[in-house]
Amino acid sequence: MAEVFQAIDQFPVTLKTWLLGHAAGVMPEWALPLLSAALSITPILAVFPLLFALTTVIERKGLGRIQNRRGPNRVGIPLTNIRLAGFGQFIADGIKSLTKEDIVPRSADKVVHFLAPIALLIPVLLTYSVLPFGRNMVPLDLPQTGLLFFFALGASTELSVFMAGWSSRNKYSLLGAMRAIAQMVSYEIPLILSALTVVMIAGTLSLSGIVESQAEVRFGFLHSWHLFTPWGLVGFFLFLTAAAAEANRTPFDLPEAESEIIAGYFTEYSGFKFAIFFLAEYLGLFAMCGLGITLFLGGWLPPFKFLGFIPSWCWFLGKLVALILLFIWLRGTLPRLRTDQLMGFAWKFLLPMTLINLFVAGLWHLSVTSVPMTVRWIGGFALLAIPYWLLGRGFEAKVGKREYRFAN
Amino acid sequence: MTLSFAILAGLTVGSAVAAMSLRNLVHCALGLVLTFAGLAGLYLQLNAEFVGFTQILVYVGAVAILIVFAILLTRGTEPANEPAAVSPWAGLPVAVLAFLAMAAAVLASPVGKRLAAPVPEVSVKTLGQKLMTDYVLPLEVLALLLTAAMLGAVIIAMKDKEDLQ
Repeated sequence: MAEVFQAIDQFPVTLKTWLLGHAAGVMPEWALPLLSAALSITPILAVFPLLFALTTVIERKGLGRIQNRRGPNRVGIPLTNIRLAGFGQFIADGIKSLTKEDIVPRSADKVVHFLAPIALLIPVLLTYSVLPFGRNMVPLDLPQTGLLFFFALGASTELSVFMAGWSSRNKYSLLGAMRAIAQMVSYEIPLILSALTVVMIAGTLSLSGIVESQAEVRFGFLHSWHLFTPWGLVGFFLFLTAAAAEANRTPFDLPEAESEIIAGYFTEYSGFKFAIFFLAEYLGLFAMCGLGITLFLGGWLPPFKFLGFIPSWCWFLGKLVALILLFIWLRGTLPRLRTDQLMGFAWKFLLPMTLINLFVAGLWHLSVTSVPMTVRWIGGFALLAIPYWLLGRGFEAKVGKREYRFAN
Repeated sequence: MTLSFAILAGLTVGSAVAAMSLRNLVHCALGLVLTFAGLAGLYLQLNAEFVGFTQILVYVGAVAILIVFAILLTRGTEPANEPAAVSPWAGLPVAVLAFLAMAAAVLASPVGKRLAAPVPEVSVKTLGQKLMTDYVLPLEVLALLLTAAMLGAVIIAMKDKEDLQ
């Protein structure tokens, strides 16, 4: 029985080796590395855009449910009465965006306008190459610099947002781009600092190494995910907040803010270019979620040892879908922040909290052998909860007499 | 010379030329970004993964944004049509000096003598340890400089607010 489960677990790897083994006799020597790379890339390009397509439908249905309406439920298989509860919607949307006219404003900078969506999508797709999707399933294992690769490519998307906003020659586009860059630069710091705690504890930048550092089994059944520590718990939520801001998700969707600046930096994009922006944004969110899973939620590891028979890639995808549903729920629940609130939150709350969290992680690491578990837990939580309370006081809504500065 | 080196070198030099010669400042900045990315590719080709990815993170991610912000906040983004105020030949002495310095460095290095340079086993861990022990003074000086620059920026930004009142 165990062999069967292991065969399912390693099925993608076995399939790839089998295909490569058969191709070795047919293809020339120099083409084999290319084929190997193509075989690693194909599943990523097949799975994640499909997940994006399904997410658009699930998001619209979920938001509809939250807002007490139905959401898409008509489109099914054409020329039949099969409706699939509206899950054919993404195909109709895809055909629509492919066949729509591509309008470029007359005064737009044509070349930069054309390059911006491509320059956004390519780094986002590249970030997937270092994520460990399952046991032995890392397309590009960088033992020295895996995490750095992810953040370097994540940082290079900011420039494409600027390219889109500037080249459109539209004030809303430029405003959206400036908002987006200010937000992404500010939230990158807490994002990287909260991920740094894991690097400190695991002692490696390799993402598969970080997953392996969480494989130790506690109390006979529990895998030691980094989430199950005071600094990991706080770090995960700090990471998730910064990731939401980095991916321009509600409540941090000021760069798009359709009620204020239409659609921000992609106001002047139509047709399939708009679809590429949409795709890149969601793929960026999925990659961020995948990184959060790898860093804090044990990657492809199950929570309990006795659930280890479920294939590792199912765990990764399951956690990913759970995080996506969390983000849809947040989008339906939270209102958008104001720009000053956004900046104040990043610099006055997230940044001090991540720095304190780094300090707590260091203490946790130093006291591994010398201090008993309960004392470390209580001490760690006290060191994090007190600053949380002190810093959070400044952000509480103050209800007082309303002052009308210009109307009195 | 391999094909990948030729492509990367061509990209780096070509985009550097574009960054110098284009009329629109934002286009120049974008050309410069391409140069940074090409340099990162060259580092990667030399197996210096850490330096290469740091180059992308710092230069493409941060310095480029800084340049773009500086352009947008200081002057219009319209193409500048006025001729340059300084004669283009004024840069010649600097270019000659820079070339001589680099040529001296290249000739003094083992690469010029066709000797096989010793390949050190450098991991991120060793880099970090060196930075915290042997090179801690330069690191601290840099930190001080950056803090001073940040304080200066805050003070410049605050002055505007006082003038308004």
